[in-house]
Amino acid sequence: MNDNNNKLTTSILSICKEITNHELFNNELTIATKPEDLLSLFKNLKENIDLSFDMLIDITAVDYPKRNKRFEIVYHLLSLNNKNRLRVKTFVNENTSVPSLTEIYKSAGWYERETWDMYGILFEGNYDLRRILTDYGFEGHPLRKDFPLTGFVELRYDEEKKKVSYSKVKLTQDYRDFDFLSPWEGSILPGDEKANN
Amino acid sequence: MKDVKIKPLTINFGPQHPAAHGVLRLVLEMDGEVIERVDPHIGFLHRGTEKLIESKTYLQSVPYFDRLDYVSPMCQEHGFALAVEKLLKIHAPIRAQYIRVMFSEITRILNHLLALPAMAMDVGAMTPFLWSFEQRELLMEFYERVSGARLHANYFRPGGVYRDLPKNLLSDISKWAKKFPKFINDLELILTENRIFRQRTVDIGKVNATDAINFGFTGPMLRASGVKWDLRKIDSYEVYNKLKFDIPVGKQGDCFDRYQVRVEEMKQSLNIILQCIDRIPKGIVMVKNNKITPPKRKSMKQSMESLIHHFKIFTEGYKVPKGETYTAVEAPKGEFGVYLISDGTNKPYKCKIRAPGFAHLQAMDFCSKGHMLADIVAILGSMDIVFGEVDR
Repeated sequence: MNDNNNKLTTSILSICKEITNHELFNNELTIATKPEDLLSLFKNLKENIDLSFDMLIDITAVDYPKRNKRFEIVYHLLSLNNKNRLRVKTFVNENTSVPSLTEIYKSAGWYERETWDMYGILFEGNYDLRRILTDYGFEGHPLRKDFPLTGFVELRYDEEKKKVSYSKVKLTQDYRDFDFLSPWEGSILPGDEKANN
Repeated sequence: MKDVKIKPLTINFGPQHPAAHGVLRLVLEMDGEVIERVDPHIGFLHRGTEKLIESKTYLQSVPYFDRLDYVSPMCQEHGFALAVEKLLKIHAPIRAQYIRVMFSEITRILNHLLALPAMAMDVGAMTPFLWSFEQRELLMEFYERVSGARLHANYFRPGGVYRDLPKNLLSDISKWAKKFPKFINDLELILTENRIFRQRTVDIGKVNATDAINFGFTGPMLRASGVKWDLRKIDSYEVYNKLKFDIPVGKQGDCFDRYQVRVEEMKQSLNIILQCIDRIPKGIVMVKNNKITPPKRKSMKQSMESLIHHFKIFTEGYKVPKGETYTAVEAPKGEFGVYLISDGTNKPYKCKIRAPGFAHLQAMDFCSKGHMLADIVAILGSMDIVFGEVDR
């Protein structure tokens, strides 16, 4: 698959004008676009015969809390005719929404629901944007980097009330996150300046 | 006569139901016996695998992949191992590649040996289920001999496989392979021409090729709809390009076609296993780079460096160069993809798992609209859903 990525790159760049950036890494092509151009870009990618990316494989997001536009939304496309894969990225922050792809790809519905559930990104035009993987009445978006691994609440069966109830997480031991970064890697220690010469 | 508009009846199906294949809850809107809308509620088995992987080293993440689709563990380890290898820019030794392919195909048979009879049981046939479990037991014995575990093998590691094949395993597998065609024959004898089975599956849950592609179907589900698409042929990862096998394709994409595609796939897998046994070369099964793979126990007794390597690998793990990759394998259920982002440390920054069953289950509403209530279980069975991978 992706045998002639260079040819694909030139044809994509000439057909789709919405692309702001592109990168070829590890023989995988990634293009980036603005959120408002997503719909027209995907229509182009799907309907143009030379490209015909007819299958939406996956939608997900990546959280970089330090960036100005915190979330990177990542779409993976597959063209069955041309045997090509493509990754499309767009950048948003917590308050902006992204147009939904449900009109173009039927598979987008649940993928967007999952991304909403896990990251709290709103997809405009997805009329079924309920939580999908987390519990009924769950609060927060677990895959955000500022959501702790242990979560906020824990679940138990209350023998007295005869029902399942939530309570705040109580850890008998703090979660230990070992930092394995070596203190003497990367920097030059005093006396070692001559070692590389 | 006055027309009376009846409000659709809403039924709850699951999450505890033997035909739900785990913990699926379906909210069904019915017009009498006919289904108007299906709303699957999933996530009852959500364990936060992706979040957990972000806090584990690459080697510690491997066992989580066994627990996704727990009826085809090794194929998912394969996806993760390939993704990490791609970022590390290493390739498994050729013997390890053959072992991986062979066990991927054993896994495929294991998976179909559960999927097919479970579907048959959903529509009323008990016998194939019992027969298949006997065969599954034999296959899981091979799993156990090679990895020590019957299900959660943790056998494919980035850089190769955990250890070499034990003595006589290859000859035992080929002995089993000689007997297996008779089993497939028996299975087909009891199901393919069975009138009840056909009445319950033919023309049920039809999906044409365009819709299948639009819904993101992969694997047997896509092939049953008549699309010749198999990553083993198209990507030909590992040694698949050296092996001869065919891709079975269905005609109309109903439940019966999916059954037939899976039966045929078992025969092809058996074929691949036999070819692997013939061709498997001698050699190492792990990359010889002690920064990535642990040293031999024997050398640790004499060499200080080996001891340090061992300690570093199992505490700190190895660092993976910055980068991202989407790597997919043809798992028994469809395209299993791993989108891995490394920030240059010893833990993945992000690991998104693309499970085939998630896309298939989404089409549940589309497939079962207009069918009867009893057809729900036939469609669900033919989709081969396992909640470990759908909920992650």
